[in-house]
Amino acid sequence: MDAASATQSRPPLANRAGRWLSHRLRNIAPLLTLLFLILFFSIASPSFTSMGNVWNILQQVSVTAIIAVGLTFVILTAEIDLSVAAVANATGIVVAFFTLQDASVAIANLPLPGPIAILLALAACALLGLITAVGVTRIGIPSFIMTLAMMQIGAGVSALLVRGQIAYSVPPLITTLGSRSFLGVPWIVIVAALFLLVAHLVLTYTRFGRYVYMVGGNREAAENSGVNAGFVVGAALVISAVCSGVAGMLGVAYFGSAQQNEFDSYLLDAIAAVVVGGTSLFGGRGGIGNTILGLFVLGVLNNGLDHVNIDSFLKILIRGLILLAALVINVYAEKLRTGDRGAV
Amino acid sequence: MAVEPILELVGISKAFGGVQALRDVDLALAPGEIHGLVGENGAGKSTLMKIIAGVHPEFGGIMRVRGREVRFRASRDALAAGIGMVHQELSIAPDLSVAENVYLGAQPTNRFGMVDWGAMRRGARDLLSRLGLEIDVDAPAGLLPIGVQQLVELGRVLFSGAEAIILDEPTSALSPPETERLFEVLRRLKAEGRSIIFISHFLDDILRISDVVSVFRNGRKVVTERVSPAIDKGWLIERMIGAQAADLEESWMGSIQLATPRDAPVAFEAVGLTHAPAFRDVSFQVRAGEALGVYGYMGCGQIELSRALFGKIQPRRGAMRIGGQPARLSGAAAAKRAGMAFVPESRRAMLFAEEPIYRNISISILETISRIWVKPDRERAIAAGHIQTLGIRAPGPSTRLGALSGGNQQKVALARWLTRPPRVLVLCEPTRGMDVGAKEDVVRIVRSLKEQGIAVIVLSTEPETVLSMADRILVLRRGEVVREFADMAISKEDLLAAA
Ligand SMILES: Nc1ncnc2c1ncn2[C@@H]1O[C@H](COP(=O)(O)OP(=O)(O)OP(=O)(O)O)[C@@H](O)[C@H]1O
Ligand SMILES: [Mg+2]
Repeated sequence: MDAASATQSRPPLANRAGRWLSHRLRNIAPLLTLLFLILFFSIASPSFTSMGNVWNILQQVSVTAIIAVGLTFVILTAEIDLSVAAVANATGIVVAFFTLQDASVAIANLPLPGPIAILLALAACALLGLITAVGVTRIGIPSFIMTLAMMQIGAGVSALLVRGQIAYSVPPLITTLGSRSFLGVPWIVIVAALFLLVAHLVLTYTRFGRYVYMVGGNREAAENSGVNAGFVVGAALVISAVCSGVAGMLGVAYFGSAQQNEFDSYLLDAIAAVVVGGTSLFGGRGGIGNTILGLFVLGVLNNGLDHVNIDSFLKILIRGLILLAALVINVYAEKLRTGDRGAV
Repeated sequence: MAVEPILELVGISKAFGGVQALRDVDLALAPGEIHGLVGENGAGKSTLMKIIAGVHPEFGGIMRVRGREVRFRASRDALAAGIGMVHQELSIAPDLSVAENVYLGAQPTNRFGMVDWGAMRRGARDLLSRLGLEIDVDAPAGLLPIGVQQLVELGRVLFSGAEAIILDEPTSALSPPETERLFEVLRRLKAEGRSIIFISHFLDDILRISDVVSVFRNGRKVVTERVSPAIDKGWLIERMIGAQAADLEESWMGSIQLATPRDAPVAFEAVGLTHAPAFRDVSFQVRAGEALGVYGYMGCGQIELSRALFGKIQPRRGAMRIGGQPARLSGAAAAKRAGMAFVPESRRAMLFAEEPIYRNISISILETISRIWVKPDRERAIAAGHIQTLGIRAPGPSTRLGALSGGNQQKVALARWLTRPPRVLVLCEPTRGMDVGAKEDVVRIVRSLKEQGIAVIVLSTEPETVLSMADRILVLRRGEVVREFADMAISKEDLLAAA
């Protein structure tokens, strides 16, 4: 018996620690990555750690953050939305389309009062989201395919409205939120923070948030419990489109212009932020906390690479490699969790 | 013992966090022996088997295979040592074909190192026909009924040439003829000198097939005894739960008097429900406070029928009325709103393994306890109440569901609909995988639901389950109602004969 208890007492301790780690891997990995990146860039470049640069980073990730908020909902339900950047672009162009442009801009547009232009733009992105939702939940098109189509549709809307031109004016409210500051804090950072906060509260403390997690965890079981899983997935897709739309409008003000393909890099950035942060691609695990971590990893990486002297073409490769590493950890964390423990 | 045991366990202990699942268990398996294992839900049977099969590499104690001490790191080590296991939770790959499942990880190859599909199909067909299965080996395994999937999985373990085979509740989803066929296979394997460990909550099955039986209780092995006429169900039950067998047995021994409550209003009515080829022209009424049993062999259409009753499939023809009102169940959410509740036959389709117990229970009543904000404290309190009244073996309401034993998970699935009882409760295989005591608990739960005026529809392939709960029984054969038993005395034999 002594021998038996001796062999028993040691492994379980190590085992428990290992299990604790593997449980938290999805939170620990991005946190360690972030700390490592901060440490690395602070040593590599003195200008990186200045207060001004901190604001820079925050401002640079804000548009991605607002898109990633909506995407977090979608990925938590175990679906995907590839149309976020295209919807953002289209919405930004719609709001500019309904704003009086400078005479030099040769776009046949339809100037309306600012608030109405904003409402129309919001309605436009909501409508695009609704179409995606219907396609996915009613018709049963896989979200991967449906949002791929929506990506093209968004690009088409953008192209038709600006016809290769560039628009510069947006309603004053959007200009303020996108490019002005409030008591020294850029409005766009405040808006992004509010989106993250509200989304966190919704996901963690509301019934709808619970449904999002449960549907993502086991859709069939959620349905068998009487949860309208189709509605939950559809709502997540609409939320995602509206978030993208808001990001698109503010982004246009932030960039100072509205044109085609201006948001293209945001699709990858937003997906990367969510996934690098540790939200499970299989649904049901993760959340806004993870997305915030992922945004910082991405923001610090993009910004830091500008502060050190690296071939700008190499940067693209480095970002790809970081994303790959995050995907590996994400899938590995899932395996560790379900591995030796058996499912239902 | 004269012959050397093929497998010998000495002083096995295993803990999960704070839960001591096994304490100091000894067990020996002789060549050519069928060893039955019984015990309550959560007694530790599956855990011990997983240790033997290399699933849990960490444990206290000694394990010997043919006299040599071993410690398996993974299930393939166990297989290499000649020990194979069919798990309680099936591990079939639903998208692969039956043949691929049989040969999983060991496909035959031809000269060029390519998978030899022809040989694979032939081999799978041969093997399965030895199990009495004539099925299309090219069909995706996931489309087969659970019982057939189980046989396919057994086929895979047999094929791997295991000397000792562990079957964890293999008959829980089988119809009597299928069980019979399985037993024939087991007897044949035994004659070939292979050893079998057989776990089941069907004590009759255990007594019929086993040479030796061991009883588990609370993580300890209570006794191992050679099966003889002196060992009967009562003897086993006493050792399993300590209760007197007589207290438990009354509801399913001998014949049962069926009685329809005529004065209660009709809560649910189905008229000519047809969804060929699954079921055809099924009509019935269930009154408030009445339990309707639907009995039939596996594959008789009861699973599809149960899904239709919860709006999961829309029957092509026929109509349903709930409380006299015509009801179109366009989906599960609509069905729930109309007052229906459903416990499907598969736990996986019902439960969230990674979520705590309380979320598994509250999920179906969330809208009644929270308009917008969730109230985890309320949820935990509700769950704690169910854990208490249903005797769910769990440290607390925040325990991860996946850490519960099979039978206890099933109770959680039931608990879900008890907080705010529905108008009509559809139970598909509600007692699958449950020990005698837990089955009795379910019967009690159903009885109390009936007293509250709920109409219950119990669909099962276990005659005892139907007999112990139902006031009226339909027999389903190949999707059609072939017999109705009402207001009469009926025995298990009558029911079996009708199916
Ligand atoms: N992976 C796990 N993590 C934590 N606890 C576990 C795990 N597996 C089993 N347990 C616990 O160990 C105990 C024994 O469970 P086990 O599955 O062996 O019971 P069982 O006898 O097979 O019951 P059943 O008849 O219900 O299948 C239970 O209390 C269960 O909660
Ligand atoms: Mg078990």
